[in-house]
Amino acid sequence: MLKVEQLTKSFGGFTAVSNVSFEVAEGEILGLIGPNGSGKSTVFNLIAGALKPSAGSVRFRGAEIGSHPAYRVAHAGIARTYQIPRPFRKLSLLENVALAAFYGANERINRQKAFSLASESLQLVNLPTEESARVEGLGAAGLKKLELARALATQPKLLLADESLGGLDHSEMDSAADLLASIRARRGITVVWVEHIMGVLMRVVDRCIVLDHGEVIAQGKPAAVARDPKVIEVYLGTDADAFSY
Amino acid sequence: MIGNYPLHLMILVLLWGYIYTSWSLMGRLGLVSFGHGAFMGIGAYTVVMLWNHFGWSPWAGALAALAFAAAVAILIGYPCFRFRIVGHYFALVTLALSEVARLVIVALRDQTGGSLGATPNSALHGGATAAPGALQFSDKQVWFWIVLAFWLAGLWVWRAVDRSMARLALQAISEEEEAAASIGIHVARAKLRITLISALMTCAGGVLYAQYQLYVNPDTVSGIGISLQMVFGAIAGGMFVMLGPTVGAAFTLLLAEGLRLAFGNRYPALDSTLYGAMLVLFIIYMPKGILGAALEALRARTARPIAPRKSSGMPSA
Repeated sequence: MLKVEQLTKSFGGFTAVSNVSFEVAEGEILGLIGPNGSGKSTVFNLIAGALKPSAGSVRFRGAEIGSHPAYRVAHAGIARTYQIPRPFRKLSLLENVALAAFYGANERINRQKAFSLASESLQLVNLPTEESARVEGLGAAGLKKLELARALATQPKLLLADESLGGLDHSEMDSAADLLASIRARRGITVVWVEHIMGVLMRVVDRCIVLDHGEVIAQGKPAAVARDPKVIEVYLGTDADAFSY
Repeated sequence: MIGNYPLHLMILVLLWGYIYTSWSLMGRLGLVSFGHGAFMGIGAYTVVMLWNHFGWSPWAGALAALAFAAAVAILIGYPCFRFRIVGHYFALVTLALSEVARLVIVALRDQTGGSLGATPNSALHGGATAAPGALQFSDKQVWFWIVLAFWLAGLWVWRAVDRSMARLALQAISEEEEAAASIGIHVARAKLRITLISALMTCAGGVLYAQYQLYVNPDTVSGIGISLQMVFGAIAGGMFVMLGPTVGAAFTLLLAEGLRLAFGNRYPALDSTLYGAMLVLFIIYMPKGILGAALEALRARTARPIAPRKSSGMPSA
């Protein structure tokens, strides 16, 4: 479904992502992990069109999208969430999500349809659907859910979830992980999930790719990846708590 | 029958109300333009120059002016929006635009009359009071109805924009441009669209102003002074409520007329200076403007005693 080949991004003399290649099959949940600063979010930004690749290609359902601007990537069927939530605070929750439904869809839909899709998305993530519900007052978990609801409202085929667990407590992490799994199960949406905490992610993903210093150092089934000496070294070297949660 | 001076003031309030409303279409959505004087100047001068030098009817001249204003709006807007020039930087670019427009008018003094201004050749021959083809009417009542129609149309556009998804999109863009793009919003196009609507309406306001006053001057239809007046008027009145800019127009007009009566023409830049100072005070102490703050106070006062009966409340912005 998604094929990333030789993807490279340099900022001046610094190479954030170097020759990264991987594929995502339709219907799978792929974990993209690595310590902080390993280039995970940059890979996301390159796929989502927020950054332009220095070299390499990104193909989605057969079409090259590497140089497409963000709004076209969204129309192609790729939605993303942000590591640090970026809600539209002046708008209600419903309006936040309705905008995504209205502008993210490939075809033109009317306002009413956009709001009913928004309401569905909010229900899916257990956020209030009343018109009066505002962004202010949402905690870390609520904001993460809003990110998801907004992304899902664009009716994506592929969801790029960026650190959906950051800042959550253990029970919130579990329910967020279950939510991502249920999105795939109920909507058939393929998921690429970036996280630097490995524990919860390992339980849910089908396959894992490990990045370090902008390069792929391991990929495969979660259990195999977790035993990989290179991966253990990278994680023990930087963040010994990453395996547990 | 209402006297000429009050009628004149009413026409000016409606005309400036229309222009401030046009400005606030984008100003309230985070696109604060200090360049709308340019669009007004294009409207006023294009029509008068084409009429005086080439005999074009102001009707045709207005079409040319709108095309010209659209071209300028795209020329300035597209690069700004494409390369994400936002906030203060956008304000600076547009500030330059308004001054460039004024300087061009002054520099082309052989055609435009320079800083002395210009008067459209009169089409009211032999005691005629109306020349519709030349858009000249000596009867202020005619102008009242024309300006009223434009003002109402401006309010209608304001309301249509207010109720559209595009308004929500632009609000989202003003907060989180990248996130807005990530959900499929074509950011540059959304901004360019509202800029075009706002610029074209302001340009039409310039045409009306020139034909009503039958005199154009670079300082009264373009440049920083007039651009600042629009920003001030819209913000002082309240740019988040439909009638706010019109209240702002009444306020600025009373202020200007009051200063003129009190000081005559002794301090020519006094009103501009005062606008600048008061703009700062409004932004700090009354960011929702006179009408916005008044409605809020009214809501707060009526909400308390009637609360148990669950009133429908004031219609919100």
